[in-house]
Parts: sequence; structure tokens; C-alpha cells
Amino acid sequence: MRARTGIRSEVAPENDPAAVELPNEHVVRIGSGQGFWGDWQEAPKLQVRCGTIDYLMLDYLAEITMSIMQKQKERSPDAGYAKDFVSLMVELAADLVDRNVRVVSNAGGVNPSGCRAALGIGLADQPLSRRPRVAVVQGDDLMSSLDALIAEGHELTHMDTGEPLSSVRDRVVSANAYLGSAPIVQALQQDADIVITGRSTDTALTYAPLIHEFSWDQDDWDLIAKGVVAGHINECGCQASGGNSLVEWPTIDLTVPGYPIIEAKSDGSFIVTKHPNLDGRLTWATVTEQLVYEMGNPTEYITPDVVADFSTIELQDLGDDRVLVTGARGRQRTDKLKVSIAYRDGYKAIGSLTYAWPDAYEKAKRANEILRGRLDYIGLVFDEIRTEYIGAGACHGPLLAGPPSSDLPEVTLRIGVRAPDRNAVTRFTREIAPLILAGPPTVTGFADGRPRVQEVVAYWPALIDRQVVEGRITVETLPL
Amino acid sequence: MIVELTEVAFARSGDKGDTANIGLVTFSDDLYQVLLEQVTADRVKQHFNEICKGEVERFELPNLRAMNFLLHNSLGGGGTVSLMLDAQGKTFATALLRMEIDVPEELLETTEEDNQ
Repeated sequence: MRARTGIRSEVAPENDPAAVELPNEHVVRIGSGQGFWGDWQEAPKLQVRCGTIDYLMLDYLAEITMSIMQKQKERSPDAGYAKDFVSLMVELAADLVDRNVRVVSNAGGVNPSGCRAALGIGLADQPLSRRPRVAVVQGDDLMSSLDALIAEGHELTHMDTGEPLSSVRDRVVSANAYLGSAPIVQALQQDADIVITGRSTDTALTYAPLIHEFSWDQDDWDLIAKGVVAGHINECGCQASGGNSLVEWPTIDLTVPGYPIIEAKSDGSFIVTKHPNLDGRLTWATVTEQLVYEMGNPTEYITPDVVADFSTIELQDLGDDRVLVTGARGRQRTDKLKVSIAYRDGYKAIGSLTYAWPDAYEKAKRANEILRGRLDYIGLVFDEIRTEYIGAGACHGPLLAGPPSSDLPEVTLRIGVRAPDRNAVTRFTREIAPLILAGPPTVTGFADGRPRVQEVVAYWPALIDRQVVEGRITVETLPL
Repeated sequence: MIVELTEVAFARSGDKGDTANIGLVTFSDDLYQVLLEQVTADRVKQHFNEICKGEVERFELPNLRAMNFLLHNSLGGGGTVSLMLDAQGKTFATALLRMEIDVPEELLETTEEDNQ
């Protein structure tokens, strides 16, 4: 993290006329290091240490992550971000500085400034050749202005049901707008080495560095759409480089996998690859599997910066774990931003017991009947009771022909309840263990004790006018 | 020849709220035409009849020899609300690959290597 050219040019000899005619010779390499909060901690270290990258992209936030972090912040005002990001940065800091790798991450969660403060403490006694500059992106958190926004007529209706937010307003835990690339780009322009955001759109963690490095216009929709495709490939970590691959899993080693790396040029074309000395695999199939992951309407992939059209992407498998991605087109962005809102929605608990051969399925079924009968007998009321038989069709059951075999070696009864009343759910958790002695025979799998009562924090997606949300940044050299 | 989709295609599935998505991908342009004709939104809705309580939408991605299906109201409320083992629809991909389709025999020779 010294001089900030970032772009490595593949310098050709002066007498090579081709060099002049190659406008796209600069390549920016953006490595994916985390695809969710809880992803493999070694992956980002391998990205930085096993080869060359210019940026390390770390995505921690899924739809529901913000609400978990919000709950942590309620218990402790200093919390509310991905703590493992801080320990990772402390461990990697010397390598990042020495190798000139910049970091873009949404690890800030609901408390980006708290995240930076913790990072400052963590880095204070690290012998670094240069103190890193750390940027914090804020402005996504709408919680404190929520009532004012509703009063001004922003109904924040549920995108699927059309209900206005006012119907659950008193139970809202967190509300965050998805910010686009602009604040991240600004932070990089101000020489930030590490950019910590809250709820920025996942793909922007990859394409903001491209906009910055190549000075793309913010309304060059095709270029930004190409960046979005790069971001979509990067944002789920190993899922693009062989993880979870139906095609490749039987023949690849995923013990020490290389996570994907985007090698992008200024025209928006890029190669997806990985460090060659690591496990995993990149083929047209692994990249396609990731491209269709969590896809809605592929011709309208909406981000804060552009509406990308995934039906215009061209893939070319170059072999040796290199896949060329070109062609993506984009359209003008919408005037709305998505808002991710979380609200308290009652309680749930899920318990399980395992029954052994013979008649494992029949025993599990009988246990389910007994348990449901007891819940009735006690007079407990639930919004939902759900029974599944693991090993006998819990995943694809309704698609299977006929009942499960009576010869299955074992079947796990999995039963869950959900209710607004915490007491009902707590009482349910006490009704599992009695089945061990007062239920069908050859039962096991109860060593973990009673199931845990979980508060349900439900997800409320909404849209808001983009002009009422303003991303803002602060950049400081650490430690303060 | 009647085969399961898993013989001629692969898939990945995931979630957005209570909607599951399944991306279905095949190995050649000819196979893609067969899938376009036979793996319709209606058939997918029938296939997932007891799982998918809402509509099924289909989107085409000929550039990737892929189709994307959205299965609405399929995840028991989705996210943290759902009591389902597979609340994120991660196993819906292979559930779709159980579907039987009629494929001309000569197309079954197609392998992954043919389509680079």
C-alpha cells in the first residue's frame, strides 16, 4: 500500500508497434476473499500471499446479517460489525502494506465506525512500514430517520406484499439502504487502503475499484454492467471457483481452494481465474453456475448504479482455470434504492430425534403424532408446526414416488414451531426429551439437550427515492 | 428417449425471500432447444406442485444455454421465518433435475467437452 498506481501495466518494448495499439493493456486484479460472514478464514490470506492481486474484496453481508449485527449492537454499542474482519486485517496488515493490496469490504455492518475503531486498536502495535489509511462509508443506516421518512410519505411498502411499513413499524430492528459505488470510489480516490462500508450493494465491492482504476463514467451503463457481472461472480467466494459445483465436484480437490480473481481491463472485459497453486477449478460451467445463482429477472439485474442485462454476457473457457467474460450490456439506473429492513416477528424452535432400523421412518412418524398430540393436549397454539423426516425425503419428499422404504438405516424426525408467544415456543422445547422414554423405541440423537428458542427477525425489502439517501465517507490514517 | 434432466443439464438454486430461483444449464445449443420446449414454467410448477405454492416464472438466457426459474411462495416464508430444513432452496436445483424429458438419442452423445 505505497504508491497508488494500483494498475500494473504490462510494459511492452518501445519498438513494439503493437504496444501503442493496445489500449487495454492494463489489468486490475480483484480477489474475492469472503462470500459471507462465517466463510473460510484462510481464503483471504491465500489470496494475498499466494500470488498477485491489487484489491481484496470481502463480502460479509447477507440479507439477514444486518439484523443480527443490530442485535449485537443493542447489547453492546461498540459491536455490530464483522469482528473476524478486524482480526483478519491485523494478521494480514503487513502483507497488505508490503504487497500494495487494497481492501474493500462491507464488514462495517451496522457500525462501520466501530469497526474502524477496533481496527485502529488492533493495528496500534503492529510493526508496519506505513500506517494504512482507512475509509468508512456511512449514510446507509436509515433507522434514526425512519419516522421522518414515513411522515414525508415514503411508505417503504414491502416489495412482494405491498404492505406499508407502518404495519410493523414498532417492531423494526434495522433499516439500511443499499448504497452504490460512489462513496467507495471517492474513498479510493482519497487514497484509502482499506474501505469499510455498511450496507453497500455486494457487487459494488468489486466494481467500485474498477470504476476508480479505469476512470469509468458513472453513466457508462455498459461498462458498469460489466463490472456488476464481475461483482456477481466474486461476491459468493468459492462458489465461482468450484465450490458447490454440480458439474465439477466429483473430480476436484477443494481442500485449499483458490477463491476467484477478476482480471479486468479498461474495456470491461475480464478473465475469472484463481491462483494456479491452489485447489478449486474455474470452467465455463463453474462460472455459469455462479452467474445464475440468486438470479431474478436476468435482463433486469438492478443495482444502485445500473440495470445490467445478464442475457448479453458472453463466456469463453480459455482452459487452465481461466474464463473470459465479455459483452454485458446495461441500462440507466432506476431512481430508487433498495432498503433492507428487519423486524421482530415472534419466536421459533426446531428440535430433532433420530430413530434406527427397523421401521425407522414409521417410528419417526409415530413420534411426530405423539408430540403433536401432546402439544394439543397441553393447549399450545402456534402459527406453524412443521415436520420433516431427514433421510426419508426432507429435501425432495413431495417429488418422490411412494412412501419411504421401511428398510432405511435411520431417520431423523425434525419438527419446528413458530409463534408470537415466546412461552409457547419455550414449552415446546421441553416436549422433545420426554419422547426418549415415552415414545417409539431405538431413539437417539438428543445429546445436545433442549432446542434453542430463537427470536425471528424477518426481512422486509422496500424501495426508497434515491435522493433522500446520501452516502458519505471519512478517511483517516490509522492508528489515530 | 426419456431421461432425467440430470443426464443433460445441471443447475444451481438459491433464494430471495420466500422465492426460490433455479438456474438450469445445458451442454449444447441443440439440447437447449429441447429444454426450451419441454421445461416450461407450467411443467416446473407441476413438478414442484406440493412445494411451490405460488407462480413459476421462466426467463431465458440463450447466451449461457440457461434458463432461470422463479418459484414464488416456496420456502415456508423464507429466510429466518421458515421452519424448513432447506429454507434457502439450496436443494431445489437437483429436485428440478429429477424431471423427465424426451431427448432425441443423437443429442445424448453430447458431452461437456463439445461446447467450449
